[in-house]
Amino acid sequence: MVQACDMDLVDALLARHGACGRQDLIPLLQEIQEAEGFLSRAALRRVAAHLHLPESKVYGVATFYNQFRFQPRGRCAIAVCRGTACHVKGSAAVLAALQRELRIQAGATTRDGLFSLDVVSCIGACGLAPVIAVGDDYHAGVSPTQVPGIVASYRAKLQALGEGVLEPSTSVEEVLA
Amino acid sequence: MTRAAQEVGRMLVQEVLAGKGAGLELKEWGRRQRREDVDHPLILVGAGTCGISAGADRVLASLRQLCPERGVALVEVGCIGLCSEEPLVDVQVPGLCRLGFRQVRQSHVEALLELAATGRWSSGLPQVLGQFAQEGLRPWPDQPFIHDHAFFAPQCRRVLANCGLVDPDSLEEAVARGAWSAFARLVKQGHPERVVDEVEASGLRGRGGGGFPTGRKWRLARLQPGPRIFICNADEGDPGAFMDRAVIEGDPHRVLEGLAIGALAIEAEEAWIYIRAEYPLAIRRLERAIAQARECGLLGNKILGTRHRLDLHIKKGAGAFVCGEETALIHSIEGKRGMPRPRPPYPVEQGLFGRPTVINNVETLANLPGLFQLGAKAWREQGQGESRGTKVFALSGHVRRTGLVEVAMGVPLRRIVEEIGGGVPGGRSFKAAQIGGPSGGCVPGHLLDVGVDYESLRGVGAMMGSGGLVVMDDSTCMVDVARYFMDFIQRESCGKCIPCREGTRQLKAILDGISRGRRREEGHGALERFQGVMGLERLSRVIQDASLCGLGQSAPSPVLSVLRHFREEVDAHVYQRRCTARVCPDLLLFRIEEELCSGCTACVKACPSGAIVGSRKAPHHIIAEACTGCGSCLSRCPKGAIQVD
Amino acid sequence: MLATLNGRAVEAHAGESILDLARREGLDIPTLCHLKGLSPSGACRMCVVELDGRPGLVTACSQQVQEGMAIHTHSPRAVEARKTIVELLLANHPDDCLYCVRSGDCRLQELAQTHGVRRRRWPAGMRHHRLDVSSPAIGRNPDKCILCGACVRVCEERMGVGAIDFTGRGSSTVVAPAFLGDLNLSTCVGCGQCIAVCPTGALREQSHLDRVVAALEDPEQVVVVQHAPAVSVSLAEEFGLPAGTDLNPQLVAALRRLGFHYVFDTAFAADLTVREEAAELVQRITHGGPLPLFTSCSPAWVRWLEQERPELLPHLSTCKSPQQMMGAVVKSAFARMKGLDPARIFSVSIMPCTAKKAEAARPEHAREGLADVDAVLTVRELARLLRQRGIRLTELKPDHADLPLGMRSTAGKLFGASGGVTEAALRTAHFLITGEDPPPMRVEVLHGTEGLRFATVQAGILQLRVAVASGLLQARKLVDEIQQGLHPHLHMVEVMSCPGGCVAGGGQPLSRDGDDAERRRAVRHAALLRVDDEGMLRRPHRNWAVGELYRDELGEPLSQRAHELLHVHRERPREVEA
Repeated sequence: MVQACDMDLVDALLARHGACGRQDLIPLLQEIQEAEGFLSRAALRRVAAHLHLPESKVYGVATFYNQFRFQPRGRCAIAVCRGTACHVKGSAAVLAALQRELRIQAGATTRDGLFSLDVVSCIGACGLAPVIAVGDDYHAGVSPTQVPGIVASYRAKLQALGEGVLEPSTSVEEVLA
Repeated sequence: MTRAAQEVGRMLVQEVLAGKGAGLELKEWGRRQRREDVDHPLILVGAGTCGISAGADRVLASLRQLCPERGVALVEVGCIGLCSEEPLVDVQVPGLCRLGFRQVRQSHVEALLELAATGRWSSGLPQVLGQFAQEGLRPWPDQPFIHDHAFFAPQCRRVLANCGLVDPDSLEEAVARGAWSAFARLVKQGHPERVVDEVEASGLRGRGGGGFPTGRKWRLARLQPGPRIFICNADEGDPGAFMDRAVIEGDPHRVLEGLAIGALAIEAEEAWIYIRAEYPLAIRRLERAIAQARECGLLGNKILGTRHRLDLHIKKGAGAFVCGEETALIHSIEGKRGMPRPRPPYPVEQGLFGRPTVINNVETLANLPGLFQLGAKAWREQGQGESRGTKVFALSGHVRRTGLVEVAMGVPLRRIVEEIGGGVPGGRSFKAAQIGGPSGGCVPGHLLDVGVDYESLRGVGAMMGSGGLVVMDDSTCMVDVARYFMDFIQRESCGKCIPCREGTRQLKAILDGISRGRRREEGHGALERFQGVMGLERLSRVIQDASLCGLGQSAPSPVLSVLRHFREEVDAHVYQRRCTARVCPDLLLFRIEEELCSGCTACVKACPSGAIVGSRKAPHHIIAEACTGCGSCLSRCPKGAIQVD
Repeated sequence: MLATLNGRAVEAHAGESILDLARREGLDIPTLCHLKGLSPSGACRMCVVELDGRPGLVTACSQQVQEGMAIHTHSPRAVEARKTIVELLLANHPDDCLYCVRSGDCRLQELAQTHGVRRRRWPAGMRHHRLDVSSPAIGRNPDKCILCGACVRVCEERMGVGAIDFTGRGSSTVVAPAFLGDLNLSTCVGCGQCIAVCPTGALREQSHLDRVVAALEDPEQVVVVQHAPAVSVSLAEEFGLPAGTDLNPQLVAALRRLGFHYVFDTAFAADLTVREEAAELVQRITHGGPLPLFTSCSPAWVRWLEQERPELLPHLSTCKSPQQMMGAVVKSAFARMKGLDPARIFSVSIMPCTAKKAEAARPEHAREGLADVDAVLTVRELARLLRQRGIRLTELKPDHADLPLGMRSTAGKLFGASGGVTEAALRTAHFLITGEDPPPMRVEVLHGTEGLRFATVQAGILQLRVAVASGLLQARKLVDEIQQGLHPHLHMVEVMSCPGGCVAGGGQPLSRDGDDAERRRAVRHAALLRVDDEGMLRRPHRNWAVGELYRDELGEPLSQRAHELLHVHRERPREVEA
């Protein structure tokens, strides 16, 4: 699934900011990503031109920080917490299971555009480790064997939805039960 | 709140800060703001990020719907710190103490509302956590007090004093509990150098990791010509640390007041808060608090009618562990790659945009209001040796109670793990406490009595760091823990200096080699493994000696501390090819006990690598070459026939 | 200020770095990322030293000496750290030294040798990256990159181009153009200054050696060579002779030994360029063309202007560079004179420059499908060829270039250094305007070391105002100022892309470090000035061979034929869209 970046939106965003300097680079990238979900080459070029910076510098900055991604996010974004508490409770195996199940590496999006997989440093739910976030739902105490089931349930949901947007559904009670 | 009520609130805040708090009207106002006197029932929900991910958002959604019709007021508060019992919901009925409940689910909402509205107990209530003792309020009969709870009793809560108690979106509540009063006094006195004197006298040291004396840092900055810049570092990047987030979410005005005091001390007129973009709630609460403080004349031009001014900007960090390093953080604010540069010149000489800059971490700043309320002398009574005051730890891992813990520095680590944390659950035994994150180290059981202060922790090869404290039980493999941190560091290293970039990659490769099974080892694998282990210490020493920044210099600490305290476990991996904790999958040998196997094929279905063969109703076998050691079969076998050697 | 250096009391200057002090005291501390004149980056950590009373090691490049400091430059700890760093670099570096263009001239190899690294110590292997041979000037092999960042800093801080930067983070960091793309799609201007500072073989010139050797072996081809003014004063360094030795006669002899059929001097074409450019300047002044006139000899500058300030292209002189003028003349007038089929001529140039390779490949520098110049060798490539063919430069009998295209004025020779083009042009412009040679033969201010220099020369009733920009960073500054209207009466602007001009070009022999590079630039420049001082023919317009070319072929400067052969009419380059 090819998803293009809306350049009119990027241009409008840059125009709204007016003249800015180098210290505005990261906030600009953050805003564009917030609006578009990712940073396209075209958008990075516009930012470089807007700030009178070489494209290499803009790309260098964008690739330095974890937050920025260069592929559109999947319709359902999966984040695996890799904090220390989650690690000692087995998050590495959960991540491996997800990579196996989705056939992508962390940081990538599946070809059908349904799922993207990311590693985050800490979701902030250390007491419930290991934790993954699927869309807006949190799944606590996940084991590798649960992974295929979790992925399948969301795949079914997404396919049933068609073009629709995923709503949060699973409650923590269900997961913990 | 109506506009008029806001106006009144602002006026009252200004009067309190003007020192007129003793008047009867203001006393009444203060009691109401502190909820010592409520005229209608209240429900308070712990709505920090941790609470929300534990399910507080769903509880909140129900309450938002139902509270108005039941005549119950709803307040969102920050996190009181006991993460493992979240979501936490408190009920306050007029005249009675506030009563806290733990592990609250949507199904408990009705019962909680009933209790709040009518004072009636019902069977549908969640379990009680405890009640908050409060002046002038009757306690609930037969309910324990929070301050007697094993988690809270040994703590000394200064920075966290208001967390979970106050509505973080209310300046009035904060002021009624003393916020901004120290700053108001200092700014009116107008002697910035005395502020520095006081902080130096207190012995306050940076809580972000290094422990540099805060007063001395300020003094060095004051030697430089202005204009100076003050930065609050809220880029909490350690995996397993969330103190700063919780403090900002729970009590943003404490952080802002600390920042204002710091900026006043070095006479900076511009300040930045560099905060992780992954903390949206904290950012929202900070923005709200800044707007409120501005409206009350606590920030901006002519603060409280003096000549002092302070412009405050929020900069969202884009996610880089290394940006906790001062020069990297500065580059990041300047819109560059967050790569550290050699020091000198130090940031206090040449920092943001080339101007003298002081950078203090959130917890350091959050200590300042309390320090000036108590006075340096009283403040420094807590603590030990050169480590004065308290320290907040984020306690997590294999421990019964997890969450935020604030203790006087110097208390034994054992007290945090065993008393506050309640020890290791599940009948397992304690193995290590990882303290200080990727810059710190693992403290083994026989050193648990070490005091948590800068020097003592360094003495056992750990580090205060920013305060992450992860407890590990005997199911944890220490080689795996060292690998985990090296993997983290080699990804999070900025990539600039060679010892850190290449060295941590090699440390990780050596540890990978140690935990790689024979079946995946190539020709010279064994030789390389031995050579690698012999090189671990030498390489670690060079990385410590020669790296550019503090993060690089401390990067080998997790490895060194494992080598120092868990040598036998490392040796077992290297020489006997055994992972005693049965974690490293390559070193595990899975087999099926024929006598026990019923041939149900559950394991065949569970195996992701197709390593299990056998026909239905006949004993199955595991093909060792194909087995990845993932352990999926283990939990699926109904007969317990799968053995791990 | 007193300090002790390895136990010996030494006197340090205020603000001096430990590295500078040690080198001044005759003690070398190894460096990989240190660049003289740029702020210390502290990336390579090779220069770590031990200080009494400091727990860790400190970098000598960034640490200033303080009163009473006790410095140990080669303590066991420091040496072990350096050795380990080299081992770590080698673990992530190909082991193909024998096949590497920089073998024998590689800082990493040298450090491995001096620190006694004898085996691969660390287990994690190499990370592989894509080879980038897209640029006609510069080849990148990121596998050999040690991420010292010297190229990134030079490209940004010294050249103001910023074509490359660090991308990614941690152990997956790589130096690359934007989007990890190819160099030819980036803003790279091909100046080659990155090669000059690269300590390893990660950056090199695109080699034309093979095609030159093939042409020399081909009996059907007439191989003609020209050598640029700055070549004869630097080639000596490749053969262990003192920098600044002028080897012009030996160079000519060596080129003949290599088998080139005709040996010409690019300075002839420089004289020709002066005639055309001076005429163009006078025409613009008298007929109201766009002023100031920008010189066009430096191809990296031309590309920069096309990319960054296309609106100023009308200011650029339409003259081809001397290399291309020579190429055009060789395949036209010279071919006719000798009765040669231009298609049989293989035209080679020896240049101190990598951008010249890209310039020769540009489509406007070809007529009827024949490139004006077929191959461009840098000084380094020439030296490789000479060594391969066993030619002992110093033992050759001096020789003269072939006539008529080997005839030159010493002003043409001055093209090799910043200020020289202006100097030469002024000599002729003055003559064109007044009919007389200018009174002082040297406008000293033009040969200074500042990045931007201005001079006013009285030519009869006209005051000629000229500016010289040494390096693209300075050029950008000057162009900005011109666009802001700060220099309203300027007539001519000379730009050399490389700071110092061609004597410090990206194709010159490599220096060990920044200190040495600056010294070499200065002595090469001095050598060129000496050639001019001692020259008999110092005025471009007095070059009789150029005069004959006009008489026989071109008519007069700016004639139609001159335009056909010696000028280009540029269009704005198409924007590259990904």
